[in-house]
Amino acid sequence: MSTDLATPTGSAPAVPSGLGGGGRSGWGPGSIRPVLIILVLLLIAVGIRQPDFYDPPVLLAFLKRAAPLIILAAGQYFVIVAGDFDLSVGSLVTAEVVIAARLIDGDPNATWPVIALLLGFGLLIGLVNGVVTTLLQVPSFITTLGMYLVLVGAVYTWTGGSPRGALSEEFRLFGRRGIDGVPVLGQLPYAVLVLAGVAVLAVLAMRSDFGKVLLAVGDNPRAARVTGARTARVRTIAFLASGLAAAVAAILLGGFGGVSFQVGQGLEFTAITAVVLGGVVLGGGRGSVAGAMLGALTLQTLLTLLNLLGVSGALSSAVQGLIILAAVAVGTLRRRT
Amino acid sequence: MRRSTPFLLAVCTAVAVGVVGCTSDVPGASPSAGPSGAGTGETSKFFVQADHDNELALRTKSATGPADKPWEQALDPKTVETAKYKKAGPYHLCFSNAGVGNPWRQVGFKNMQAEVKLHPEIKTFTVADAESKDDKQISDITDLLGKGCDALIVSPNTTATLTPAVEQACAKVPVIVFDRGVNTKCPVTFINPIGGYAFGATGAEFLVEKVKPKGKILALRILPGVDVLEARWGAAKVVFDKSDLDVVGVEFTDGDAAKTKTIVSNYIQRFGDIDGIWMDAGATAVAAAEAFEDAGKPFPAIVGEDQQDFLKMWQDKKLTAIAPTYPTYQWRTPVIAALKILNGEAVASPWKLPQPTITQDNLGQYVQADMPPLHYAMCGCATLPGYPKDWGGK
Repeated sequence: MSTDLATPTGSAPAVPSGLGGGGRSGWGPGSIRPVLIILVLLLIAVGIRQPDFYDPPVLLAFLKRAAPLIILAAGQYFVIVAGDFDLSVGSLVTAEVVIAARLIDGDPNATWPVIALLLGFGLLIGLVNGVVTTLLQVPSFITTLGMYLVLVGAVYTWTGGSPRGALSEEFRLFGRRGIDGVPVLGQLPYAVLVLAGVAVLAVLAMRSDFGKVLLAVGDNPRAARVTGARTARVRTIAFLASGLAAAVAAILLGGFGGVSFQVGQGLEFTAITAVVLGGVVLGGGRGSVAGAMLGALTLQTLLTLLNLLGVSGALSSAVQGLIILAAVAVGTLRRRT
Repeated sequence: MRRSTPFLLAVCTAVAVGVVGCTSDVPGASPSAGPSGAGTGETSKFFVQADHDNELALRTKSATGPADKPWEQALDPKTVETAKYKKAGPYHLCFSNAGVGNPWRQVGFKNMQAEVKLHPEIKTFTVADAESKDDKQISDITDLLGKGCDALIVSPNTTATLTPAVEQACAKVPVIVFDRGVNTKCPVTFINPIGGYAFGATGAEFLVEKVKPKGKILALRILPGVDVLEARWGAAKVVFDKSDLDVVGVEFTDGDAAKTKTIVSNYIQRFGDIDGIWMDAGATAVAAAEAFEDAGKPFPAIVGEDQQDFLKMWQDKKLTAIAPTYPTYQWRTPVIAALKILNGEAVASPWKLPQPTITQDNLGQYVQADMPPLHYAMCGCATLPGYPKDWGGK
């Protein structure tokens, strides 16, 4: 497979320059070109439906709403490209928001310690997922499904089924506010800045040795192991990244919406849909982190368009399901050609 | 060929995604007509015209009882004799609670516990918490009957399922039911405020008064199928149907802040602006208002409830708002009623409590900066022992 002309990223993919994507050329598996085309078409459609969409403040507000999903997709990418899944991110986001509200309880002074704790908690959950998956050799699908159930149950037990406490305004800053008075842009949302930081880090990580090994592990775990790669460590780090991304997304989502029990509901599937839409192959080894993030942006654009067209929320899950099915089918077909 | 096949497939995917968007445009062909162009939708099977009319009439009746203690007042009371229950103290009072699963019930239960402390003649107060489960509440009631209660207070989890258990209890002790009802006349009295129709109509009438004709209204409901919430929306629907307001959407929020904010943000994006927000409960009113703030739009006329976070926002941001209430002070009344019954005094049955509304004019007296955001202002608890600390205040 590594000599496949249509796969410029290959099995020791030097995650190329530019966006850090695998789509510098070609249309093969893992390429970002298809998602770019879909994104452009959707953006044109949204622009027709909502002419002021391209005003900088409106566009930034859109990016602000898309930021948590894009960050989650970046985290999920690391796990998927190594051949695993992380189904626990949705319930992890809910747990983080509920923990934050309970611990902060309206006290501004608690904001920063609690943020540190949330990031730590995300890493801890990622570590447990990674260790159980790699050392105990439980399939990640089962590990993270179990973690999902553990978190849902724990949150419910801890709170008695209704949200308690309150988030401080300082905490909510990141998801709601921005730097005011920026020329042309108006307000530059903090969420967009956080997103930019995460995107740069993710692309850099994939261009480092770690990224190369991660792709190799996903492409062919046995070969990677034979060549001396520490596969367990790399896969565990991928889960850590996913947990950390969920924590960051939770801080933004909690800021946006306030205390909520449903904030993370279904996010794991939305994130996986986004990653798949971005051309990343389920099963690992193919696709770029830029593609995954573009996939999330595309999905958010699609949801925006559906909303503008007056399509109800229920139908948008059906659309997500169709995307997963179509993307996997297309990916399989492309590998056969 | 190697390159062209994937290319074709990619284009097909793009087209397929586009088609989903295009075809789904058909039902909502006229965007200004709202979701499926239905406005307020069909009348719910929960809607009872006579109850609706009765509740709306009760709103203007004056209450009997001490003016400064609305929890002791009764609207249009018909009394029942209770001489046969007269008994010397001290008393053992029992309470079967549906649960404390939301802030409203948490505040209410604190009110009741404090009310009990006011009466030294209550020697024992036994509480069973059903944790919002019907089966647990049925066995709770049976257990309590074996503990020698002199009177039993029941706040039923659901109406129909708890009826046989309440009937069983009536045969042994005087029973007082409050908040949600049961389908039997056997309790000595049933205590609740005017009700859901009055709540829903008050909010909707405010929007009709404040929003310009043809103004766009978004109605937010928690969930379908709960009688008190169905009544609130049922009455609002009657008001909106008679008005020239345009109800562009009726959405279910699950009472969740994040979901509410997302829904409202989507409507703002879709319609450009929304002129009024009607809600069947105020717990997420702040999230709804924030959506306008974050979108850089003026606040709409909005219906909330008496939770502190909303009242504070109303005052700080000078909202055009109203807060119908379902007062938590009703949790005090059953204790008072139980003692009257055990003392052989006549009590109102049914005991309809007044259901005040917070408006711009009296807002100031209900905003309490020291109380937590989820505290309900209409608690009638400011003079109770342990206030404000036991309610989470400073």
